[in-house]
Amino acid sequence: MDAARKSEPTPVKNPTKAERTSERELVVTRTFDAPARIVFEAWTQPELLKRWWLPKSCGASFLSCEAEVRAEGKYRFVFAHPASKEPMAFFGRYLEVTPHSRLVWTNEEGAEGGQVTTVTFEEKGGRTLLVMRDLYPSKEALDEAIASGSTAGMDETFEQLDEFLVARGA
Amino acid sequence: MVQFSARLDASFAALSDPTRRGVLVQLGRSDASITDLAEKFHMTLTGMKKHVGVLEQAGLVATEKIGRVRTCRLGPRRLEEETAWIEEYRQLWASRFDELDKVVEELKQKEKVHGRSKKE
Repeated sequence: MDAARKSEPTPVKNPTKAERTSERELVVTRTFDAPARIVFEAWTQPELLKRWWLPKSCGASFLSCEAEVRAEGKYRFVFAHPASKEPMAFFGRYLEVTPHSRLVWTNEEGAEGGQVTTVTFEEKGGRTLLVMRDLYPSKEALDEAIASGSTAGMDETFEQLDEFLVARGA
Repeated sequence: MVQFSARLDASFAALSDPTRRGVLVQLGRSDASITDLAEKFHMTLTGMKKHVGVLEQAGLVATEKIGRVRTCRLGPRRLEEETAWIEEYRQLWASRFDELDKVVEELKQKEKVHGRSKKE
C-alpha cells in the first residue's frame, strides 16, 4: 500500500474515448459523476462553458464567449493564441436545444460547410454518459480536417528534420 | 522501437528533398499520376519516377498502375497520421472534460447547499 497516495487523494478521472466511427463521423464519449441537468448546465451557460472550454494545455484564452443557447440561436467564441497574431473565431448556430438531453450546433468558421456537432446527455444512476458526434458533410471534408491538422504537424516535423539534417551535415 | 527507427531513417531520407516534400503536400490534396506530378514540378518523367520510388519505399506514397497510368496517393503512413490526429483530438477533449469535472463538482455542491436551505 502506498501511504503517500492515501494522504493525498487524487480524484480518478473518467476516461475520454474518441474514434472515427464512419467515413464522415467522429465520436467522443465521457461519463460524468453528476446528473444530466448539471452537466447540461455547464454546457449551456456561457459563463460556465468559458471556464472549461479552453484548458491550460491548449494555450488559448477567451477574448469573448457569446452563446444564445436556443434553437436557431447563434454562438461566437473568440480566442487569442500566442501562435496567432489574429484572434481566432469559432461560430455557428444551435439547431436543437433539448434541456438536459440534447444539443446540436453547426460549425461555420470553415470555408465550406463544416461539421454538425450533436451532444447527448444520458443519465443513469446519477451519472451522465456524454456522447459527442461530429458529422462532416462528406468523407473528403473529414479527411481534409485531419490532413490540415496533420499537415500543420508535418510542417513542424519537416522543420525539425531540416535542423537534424543540417546538424548531421547531410 | 527498432522497427520505428528503421522506418524513421527511410522517412528522413525520403523527406530530405524539397521536391519529395512538395509531392506529399500535393498528394495530400488529391491523387495524381506520375505525369501530372512531373509536369507540376517541372521535371522529367524519369526524375519524378525516382522521387516517387523513394517515397514509396518509405511507405509515404502508394502507387497503382491502371492501364498505362501510374496513380500515386498517400501511403499507409497516412493512416498513422489519422490515428495521431484522433489521439490529439481525444486529448484536447479529455483535458476539457477534466476542467468540466471541476465546474460540475462545484455546481453539485451548490445544489446540495441550495437544496438544504430550501428544506429548512
